[in-house]
Amino acid sequence: MTVSEPRERPDAGGRRWIAVFGDPVAPDLARTLDLGGYTWKSVVNEHELAEMDHSEAWSGAVVDCTNDPERAWVFARAIARDQSSPLPVLVLLSGGQLADLSLRDELFDDFCITPFHPAELEARLAHLVWQVGGGTQPETIQYDDLTLNVETYQATIAGRPLDLTYMEYELLKFLAQNPGKVFTREMLLSRVWGYEYYGGARTVDVHIRRLRAKFGEERAGLIHTVRSVGYRFGQSRWGR
Amino acid sequence: MLDAARQREYVLRGVEERGVRLIRLWFTDVLGSLKSFAISPAELENALEDGMTFDGSTIDGFSRVQEADVLAVPDPDTFEILPWSEHDAPEARVFCDIFDLEGTPFDGDPRQVLRRQIEAAHADGYTFYVAPDIEFFYFDTPVPGEPPKPLDHAGFFDLTTTDATGNLRKRTIRTLEALGIPVEYSFHEDAPSQQEIDLRHTDALTMADSVMTFRLAVKEVAAQSGVHATFMPKPLERVQGSGMHTHMSLFRGDTNAFYDADDGYHLSSTAKSFMAGLLRHAAEITAVTNQTVNSYKRLVPGFEAPVHISWARNNRSGLIRVPIAKRGNPMATRLEFRSPDPACNPYLAFSLMLAAGRRGIAEGYELPAEADSNMFEIGEDVLAKLGIAQLPQSLNDALTSMEGSSLVADVLGDHIFEWFLRNKRQEWREYKTHVSAFERDRYLGTL
Repeated sequence: MTVSEPRERPDAGGRRWIAVFGDPVAPDLARTLDLGGYTWKSVVNEHELAEMDHSEAWSGAVVDCTNDPERAWVFARAIARDQSSPLPVLVLLSGGQLADLSLRDELFDDFCITPFHPAELEARLAHLVWQVGGGTQPETIQYDDLTLNVETYQATIAGRPLDLTYMEYELLKFLAQNPGKVFTREMLLSRVWGYEYYGGARTVDVHIRRLRAKFGEERAGLIHTVRSVGYRFGQSRWGR
Repeated sequence: MLDAARQREYVLRGVEERGVRLIRLWFTDVLGSLKSFAISPAELENALEDGMTFDGSTIDGFSRVQEADVLAVPDPDTFEILPWSEHDAPEARVFCDIFDLEGTPFDGDPRQVLRRQIEAAHADGYTFYVAPDIEFFYFDTPVPGEPPKPLDHAGFFDLTTTDATGNLRKRTIRTLEALGIPVEYSFHEDAPSQQEIDLRHTDALTMADSVMTFRLAVKEVAAQSGVHATFMPKPLERVQGSGMHTHMSLFRGDTNAFYDADDGYHLSSTAKSFMAGLLRHAAEITAVTNQTVNSYKRLVPGFEAPVHISWARNNRSGLIRVPIAKRGNPMATRLEFRSPDPACNPYLAFSLMLAAGRRGIAEGYELPAEADSNMFEIGEDVLAKLGIAQLPQSLNDALTSMEGSSLVADVLGDHIFEWFLRNKRQEWREYKTHVSAFERDRYLGTL
């Protein structure tokens, strides 16, 4: 077997950048964006939006109106005014704020009621991004001979199917989207399982061990234990 | 459960993509036998949403005839493709929880018994982790009336060149790992053809499911080579039997509630009370952890199986061992309960171990002194003076202890408690009327 070097940016070209207005960004929103495979940045005003390195590559914006509706709508209006790079906007608001939508049709492309259902928000985001030709979303995540197809939920390793339970799949997807990055067990627990999960970070160890078992002996090293820190998928960003 | 709809969607999509032909719905009867019925992929969505009705009265110890129908609801978290199914026609399994038609957990379902105990522990902030060391034998295909024939005569940790059993073990481990059941150690045990596979800790429910899967996987892989694998507790005389030593710990979030850096044993008062609970209720739960007539032929002196209700750090003749954690690792502090055998019902056994331990914590039981000498070399009278009792000597003794136990009745619920006693009393009666070869050899000529 030849081991290929991990690609520089495994998802380059397919990366979907989302600007998120919301101070602070709600944890369940962050989690849905993470699990959906989005790369997102918290942005507090239109200047920050323009200053970002990736400004020309934004795929969409999520404007959370639940905490500070006034500033949120100002932000949405600023995006709408900038005709040079039209950006689709999804507005998050509570059921009681629905009336705010009237006469603001030009400021948003879609909306979702909070508290939202993660699957619904994810579906709406996917559609939002697709509308502006962001259909370049990564259908597969690849690392060495591991492939995850995020559309079909199928994984293969060395050409053979890797049958995973839902949580094993979600954990692997999260790790493989962030190769070379070290995560503490607490970070993995909150990002993959959600804060409400009671099992404690040991759950992460159990699932990592099960993933390694399913990878098989030769590939068990794909997930490294970083002593007294946590886990890292793939090679370190700083070389071996 | 997290994102239940998403999880169902994940399972359904996987079935479609992988071309799964058959889904086996697994559940466990009161005595710990795996039961299964199969559905087609087209039925799965409906099964995940609403469950599948089946006639529970066909299962021993399940429903009474008049309330026959029960509902099997698949737990999507346990959905796995079976590695031994045909490559081009994959089959999957999923464990089920059983409910009655009104949707209340069914009293005859051992998995629900364990769920109740886990939830009770969770209400106190605890997660119960277990790791069993499972022993078993490989034999030639059994011939009725003849003693079992081992495949080899190797011993403890032996590495033999023509290690047929070693190859079987290796293939078994690969199968287990493909099923998401990580193995910590495996080796040739002391007796001819005897193997031990130690599973890596998980929460108790996952582990009980894993033990059920483990027993099937071991037998399945052996059968592919024309070999019979058995979890019978004592298949051969004069060599040791098969146990299922169970390592356990309680965690509070990420902290091991059994660990205390300042204690001489590195054991917290929680661990000590838990251990005291296990010791005090040991006799009562033995009928469940050791549920066959044959189980008691393993629990005899001289074979590293426990006989006395005692604990120690490094004494393998006691009921509970406190393993010395590597480098004093707080996460590894645990208790090893040594009486269970691999023929038990893991759901009920884990439920009772957890409940006995929690009773000890709740009532603040005092831990007896460590018994660090080899119990097999001390006379019964001395032990009695030290207050060290014996485990039940027979299934009959164990049933008598169980019958008087409000703890066991509470944990199992009336339905299982009564059925178990009735079924096992019957087994004992049948055994008692059996005239054995031992008796004929000994008495027929001389008396």
